[in-house]
Amino acid sequence: MSELLLGNQAIARGAWEAGVTFASGYPGTPSTEIIETLAARYPETNPRWSANEKVAFEEGMGAAIGGLRVLVTMKHVGLNVAADAFMVFPYAGTNGGFVVISADDPGMHSSQNEQDNRYLARMGKVSVLEPSEAQECRDFVIEAFKLSEQFNAPIMLRTTTRLAHHKGLVEVGQREEVPQREFIPDPKRFSVPIYRHLRRPIVEQTIEALRDYAETSPLNRIENSDNSIGVVTSGISYQYVKEVLPEAGVLRLGMSNPLPPKLLKDFCSRYETVYVIEEGEPFIEEYMRSIGISNLIGKELFGVIGEYSPGRLREALEISKVPTPFTEEITILPRPPMMCVGCGHRTVFATLRQLKTIVAGDIGCYTMGALPPYEAEHTTFAMGASIGTAVGLERAGQDRVIAIIGDATFIHAGIPPLIDAVYNGSKLTLVILDNSATGMTGAQPHPAAGKNALGEDAPKLDLVKLVEATGVEMVEVVDTWQRKDVRRVISKALAHDGPAVVIAQGPCQQLPDMKRRDFLPFVVEEELCTQCDACFKVWCPAITRTEHGFPIINTAECTACTVCAQVCPPEAIRLAEKPFAVKL
Amino acid sequence: MDKLHNLMFAGVGGQGSLLIAELTSMAAADAGYDVKQTEVHGVSQRGGSVETHVRFGKKIYSPIVTPGEADVVLALELLEALRFAHYAYPGKGIILVNDHEIIPGSVSGAEDMYPHNAKAFLRDKKMNVITLKATQKAHELGDGRIANVVMLGALSTLIDIPSQSWQKALKLRLPTRYLDGNLKAFAAGEQMVRKENAAV
Repeated sequence: MSELLLGNQAIARGAWEAGVTFASGYPGTPSTEIIETLAARYPETNPRWSANEKVAFEEGMGAAIGGLRVLVTMKHVGLNVAADAFMVFPYAGTNGGFVVISADDPGMHSSQNEQDNRYLARMGKVSVLEPSEAQECRDFVIEAFKLSEQFNAPIMLRTTTRLAHHKGLVEVGQREEVPQREFIPDPKRFSVPIYRHLRRPIVEQTIEALRDYAETSPLNRIENSDNSIGVVTSGISYQYVKEVLPEAGVLRLGMSNPLPPKLLKDFCSRYETVYVIEEGEPFIEEYMRSIGISNLIGKELFGVIGEYSPGRLREALEISKVPTPFTEEITILPRPPMMCVGCGHRTVFATLRQLKTIVAGDIGCYTMGALPPYEAEHTTFAMGASIGTAVGLERAGQDRVIAIIGDATFIHAGIPPLIDAVYNGSKLTLVILDNSATGMTGAQPHPAAGKNALGEDAPKLDLVKLVEATGVEMVEVVDTWQRKDVRRVISKALAHDGPAVVIAQGPCQQLPDMKRRDFLPFVVEEELCTQCDACFKVWCPAITRTEHGFPIINTAECTACTVCAQVCPPEAIRLAEKPFAVKL
Repeated sequence: MDKLHNLMFAGVGGQGSLLIAELTSMAAADAGYDVKQTEVHGVSQRGGSVETHVRFGKKIYSPIVTPGEADVVLALELLEALRFAHYAYPGKGIILVNDHEIIPGSVSGAEDMYPHNAKAFLRDKKMNVITLKATQKAHELGDGRIANVVMLGALSTLIDIPSQSWQKALKLRLPTRYLDGNLKAFAAGEQMVRKENAAV
């Protein structure tokens, strides 16, 4: 039976078939749909959203040592957060099968950087599998669990955006129930710092055993070896090679760490020149050069930055030119994403713009506060970085600095820097945008949302008490859609002599409960409207202009957030009496 | 069944271009083709530009459609048609576009800079452009949101997937309470493109 599945859905399917009984992750594009699929279709895998990737990894590590088959998911930068545990786990090795998904984002479709996590795996001596299409996403996950248990080694399965977010037909199978392995307490294995010298050689033995395996593994295979052109490739680039150079001799590396020196040397010795075609960094290429293979053409021709595609390979190989957009001849306006209709962040950014503060931002939808019309976010780097950056900017002499962070990001990495700000006597002003969701990735629940990954009720973290416990004296909650209140409370926090935290509360419009609720939209009464355009300055995408110059609210999009009605001097914007169809 | 089909779907987040791409992939799979589809998630609900590639044929490797190789570029909005017009196969590719403009919300001065001459520009480029008033038709049918399925109905007349596969995909993928409206929208789109072709 075959199904049309996303790469991420195929990974979830493979994990389910492989008998996974524990799965943890933190939402992050392009990895999010794996846990979502497990929660929706395969609850027997016990999926959960963890507070951050380090926690997800450590919970998974514990479950695997305890004998379960475990899947842990995150995006590439998430593995930076989990790196502390990731680097040490191989010293102990696993008991039950352990697979961590690193979803890299070449092209930075939804990320702050390009980062090729095969390097983290090399540093941590962790084996990496790289599928090239949806079918292999399923197959390789199942294979990864076998390898993990055969070598007692955690395995990384690396995907990229195109792979994670493409759909293909996948032949699926049934779930195999795998008995839990016995946990034998063994400090000489699991108390790594004490017995590190004992464990260090085992890390090398394991990776070298995997290297021997890689020499003959069916994951690494040679195709069309009699042709005159040779190509070494991995990941989705393999599909592009099949498309662009269908006749080429190909060494396709399904396992990109550790790499097989004999196989690589043998393959390359058959050709005058070998192309190394791998998206991202020259990971395979550098290794090949390091073992003395020199008849290579790689990054100097195909480049390091951005995604590969068949068109890019054709141009690099001078097979054909690819047409470009008509931007020289006509204005093709960009269309960046924007905050949703009714998004509670708008009032906060309108206030920040008016207050002319320096804003240290964070990772989430609110990075869009840096874009027009607000242009009210001045730094953004990494999860939780707003608070530390604000503390540093203040130390460097900036006196009106505000840190802004979403509720999910605050829980993920914002709590230690807040504790530190108070401890070291900073006059931090922090706004927590509390929308009860991990918004940017699709409104997943988190510990302060009162729901878990399966949609069940869960204990709800009390953000006010948490902030109070750090020693912050001024903590105020404000309804994020009440613009005057938002401005008053943020101004007060700025003026406060000491650290102050404002929690701007209002649920994300993408939450299922918000989409499902019954409400009446707002409408404009043209008889009262003076065309002063105050409502346009709310920048709501649902407000457009009629041909007579009046504002008109798209009632199908309106969320009844009330902000436009609050700013209308003649009170011409009022609740509709009944839901009605949108006028054209 | 041996012909390779390359389709490009473009729209603005919230218009449902991803949904109709998915329906096309499902219909193609039902018809017995190998299928691959690629999309970029994350901005789809936030008014950004959304592109989805669908390829089907005997055996598909890359999910990405190369510019200059699309049989059809289906755009739910005129600026998005311009943005992806270079994907159409020179001479024989079709640009199937909803005659509808959405001004980008997060670009300063967008109202004044919007290229209202998009249709004329594409015709001057000697491209095969089919414009349909799908949004207007959807409102006539009582739901502005189903303009995407009107366009899908139009697309179905241009590519080699049997009718029963389309019907099956719609029934499988759409919630029962919206199915009737969507089937009507699909049929309306089929008729509109037939009329347009008859007029030419």
